[in-house]
Amino acid sequence: MHSPRTFLLLLVALLVSCFGLAAHLEPQFQAWPGSRAKGDIFNVVLGDSRRMFANQFYVKADEYYHSGYYPTMFDDNAAFQTTHMAADTGAVNDKNHGDEHGFLGPTRNWIDAFGRHFFPDRHTHLDAGGPDDDLSGSDNVREILPWLKLSADLDPDNVQTYTVTAYWLRERMNNTAEADAILHEGLRNCPDSYDILFELGRLYYESYHDTDRARNVWELGVRKWQKIYPTLDPEAQKDNRLIMEQLATHLAKLEEDAGNLPRAIEWFQAAQKVSLTPTLIQDQINRLKFKLGQELNPVLKPLY
Amino acid sequence: MNNIFAVAGVVIKELYRRKDFYVLFIVTILICLVMASVNIFNDAKIVRYLKEICLLLVWLSSLVIAITTTARQIPAERENRTLLPLLAKPLTRPQLIIGKFLGCWLACGLTLLCFYLFFGALSASREHQWPLLNYFQAATLHWFMLGIIVAMTLLGSLVFAAPSSNSTICFVVVGGILFVGRHLDQVALTLREPVRTIVYSIYFAIPHLELFDVRDLIIHNWPLIPWLYFSLALLYAVGYLAVFLIGACLVFRRKAVN
Repeated sequence: MHSPRTFLLLLVALLVSCFGLAAHLEPQFQAWPGSRAKGDIFNVVLGDSRRMFANQFYVKADEYYHSGYYPTMFDDNAAFQTTHMAADTGAVNDKNHGDEHGFLGPTRNWIDAFGRHFFPDRHTHLDAGGPDDDLSGSDNVREILPWLKLSADLDPDNVQTYTVTAYWLRERMNNTAEADAILHEGLRNCPDSYDILFELGRLYYESYHDTDRARNVWELGVRKWQKIYPTLDPEAQKDNRLIMEQLATHLAKLEEDAGNLPRAIEWFQAAQKVSLTPTLIQDQINRLKFKLGQELNPVLKPLY
Repeated sequence: MNNIFAVAGVVIKELYRRKDFYVLFIVTILICLVMASVNIFNDAKIVRYLKEICLLLVWLSSLVIAITTTARQIPAERENRTLLPLLAKPLTRPQLIIGKFLGCWLACGLTLLCFYLFFGALSASREHQWPLLNYFQAATLHWFMLGIIVAMTLLGSLVFAAPSSNSTICFVVVGGILFVGRHLDQVALTLREPVRTIVYSIYFAIPHLELFDVRDLIIHNWPLIPWLYFSLALLYAVGYLAVFLIGACLVFRRKAVN
């Protein structure tokens, strides 16, 4: 028969050994590369599978951008290969083809024809007013933001989520402070992203009218692109040419506005190398060369 | 009719004495309030995600209430040995079935009323508008769809041995119809004969419950459904509801009650 004191001492001994073991293991666990303890709640609960959910929520945001009119896995989604909310920012390579207005196709039978009265059956974009076609309601594009925020939280490495969120916050919500914040959060998570730098430059140039910071950010973006581009596979290289074209043309525009025409021509020439429409850029170069020529030539005064 | 309403009244009383509805309603409110408190880019006008979550919870709760309440009606009467005394009264078997159906359906209607009032209040708090007719259409279509499910579950409770198996089968069937019912004809085209004909026949035979799911129209503020098509949808529901009820009456007519 053991006394209660023995049990009490045993309990204390067990507690002390538990505490000691925990204190011994904790630093090792923190240092272990597979530890999820440092991450946020999504990281702890979902692990790497959160990226799959992140993509789902990203697509959900595009579904909201269309006010619910969106193809399912059974429909023809050729016109929805690239999310329209991203394509409309102008900074993403648009891979869509086919008819975005009629992915449902002709009615298949009476049930299908009847059923189309009970779900969204018309292609609209929220920034163009949504189902009401009311352009004054274009700030309704705010409705895509919760899903984009959730997607960014789940997959912090997806660059497009930050750029798309920032674009719509800036363009339609006039919320430059939040756009700035989300882009900087993106830069913290993806420091080498030239897409985020491009969007940040647009924010500085178009919203803050801060030419110097915009130039610095865009030039940094170009340097990052030049460093990363050769390491990409051919397919990724093809996708990444558009962002370089955008960076270079925006820099050219900035230099032209600043009156630095030779530098602007250089940037247009850099854009021409990666552009799918080099002749259009050549027109811009010719225009600038003509302008530059006029500036350099002495002004001809009439004799009489 | 008095007998039918008497049976229906007992079923409704049973619903508000049980805790199912209260638990689901409070959980729905709590989840929605927590989601509403999330700060998204300091914009208090964002509402559609909240409407979507709220409607999803309303749909799940209503399906759980409809199926579980209906599935236990007849088996519980049999287990408690109250079925025989009930039928000994001047109450025919079809009257009992219709009374049980009506009770469950009306109980679902009452729960939907509470849920949709909460949903309306929640969305009005952000949108500052109350599209009553749109909500009326959505709630009515939802209620008639639950009518089909209640009738189907009632038939199932006479065919399957236990309420649990009946509930599970009903959940699977309803979930299947809601998720792939609209696309079964497209799936059929990818299959070989004779499976293609079988799947195609199933497509035309099943009640297309997804027709009554107009959540996207409500969430994204689409205009009203034309009243003609709305009425036709209700007629479609009444047709299937009648088919399942007649089936249940026919099965119950030959069923041993002891």
